[in-house]
Amino acid sequence: MTDVFTTLQWSDLIFLLEGAWKTVQISVVSILLGTLLGMVFGWLMSLNNKLITFAVMAVLDVFRSVPLLIQLILFDSFVAIAGFPLPAFWSGTIVLIIYTASLVAVVVHSGIDSVPAGLRAAARCLGMSYWQEMRHVTTPVGLRTAFPSWLGVALATIKDSALVSAIGYVELLRASQILNTRTQESVKIMLLVGLIYFIISYPLSRLGARYEQRQKS
Amino acid sequence: MDYQFHWRPVIQALPDLLKASLVTLQVSLIAMALGLMIGLVLYFFRASQLRVLRGFGSTWVEIARNTPSLFQIFVFYWGLGEFGIFLSSYTAVVAALTFNCAGYMAETYRGGFNAVNAGQDKAARTLGMTRFQSMRYVVLPQVLRAIYGPMTNQFTWVILASSLGMLAGLRELSGETQYFNSRTFRTFEFFAATAVIYYLIAKMALLLMALLGRPLFKAERAKS
Repeated sequence: MTDVFTTLQWSDLIFLLEGAWKTVQISVVSILLGTLLGMVFGWLMSLNNKLITFAVMAVLDVFRSVPLLIQLILFDSFVAIAGFPLPAFWSGTIVLIIYTASLVAVVVHSGIDSVPAGLRAAARCLGMSYWQEMRHVTTPVGLRTAFPSWLGVALATIKDSALVSAIGYVELLRASQILNTRTQESVKIMLLVGLIYFIISYPLSRLGARYEQRQKS
Repeated sequence: MDYQFHWRPVIQALPDLLKASLVTLQVSLIAMALGLMIGLVLYFFRASQLRVLRGFGSTWVEIARNTPSLFQIFVFYWGLGEFGIFLSSYTAVVAALTFNCAGYMAETYRGGFNAVNAGQDKAARTLGMTRFQSMRYVVLPQVLRAIYGPMTNQFTWVILASSLGMLAGLRELSGETQYFNSRTFRTFEFFAATAVIYYLIAKMALLLMALLGRPLFKAERAKS
């Protein structure tokens, strides 16, 4: 009897690692651009304008209240309808960037909020301009509360990049599914994939724990 | 853009979509409830003197927190087959979400217990309370208050994450939407409607948690 399934080979490991590299690419682009965009939104929310704060908050809240998977499918079908189809990498990454930004905005907003108003006023009284005060007072002080939460968001983005597989992009998880179907050796493959994800995200999660401990002592 | 939007199939399918939302709610509630209980056990494991228990608790928490939830669902749905364990979509999704919630809640409990001053437990014991009484009347109520916010977030997260059930063949809200999509090819319309339904469910869950939490924070409201 000929077997339709072929066993796992060393070349398959390279296939998985290629998938892992794409996972890293999606994650890095999403975290970088999502953080930049999120900083702008967070800053907008921290201006003393209730209307802007409310508007930005309400819009970003939508992205946090609808499953990422649904957002991915919606955006992917929307660009196809609108007549400018994007490669799966970009339609997936764009959704992930906006999703990450909606999370980062909250972190940045509460980071800025954590800086005592008196401290900021004092800086201005010493003759600093608004941007000087932002740069030399609010940013370093606010970063202390914001950084651990930001690490959490970055970790979430790495893990959420797995959902881009649902719109057909072959990243790590999708690569593992393809191998699963061909070799039917799901346990080995899943252990390997789990390990790769773990290796990517564990250092960040340790960094967060270390930071938390240092702040306590 | 020469695409014609057709909303009629969506409106016709609406009763079925709403029925499937009940599956979404059911899956989320079960996973959350089990996750809350197992998470507490994991917390005690990690705080225990026994190395085996500590190791078990930490391994669970680290795996749950450092691998994608979709991966976890796939492991429960496809990965256990080689051991002769075949779970239905429903069981696999509930098990995976429970696994994930328990890991995250264990960390949340840790934060909650740390927030309660250790002196309070000692004081309660000095006043003649048993270990259990001190836990029940002094420590736990405060822990519950401390974790209520993160717990609410976790609940919303589970509701949204249950949409991954679609990729393991579960006919919850997303899976049902995908089913209608495959019959009508009205992808955008169907998933737009589903997005609205998820938004409403998420908001309702927040409202429900706020109402349920009212008695917890009664003392604090009286103070201010």
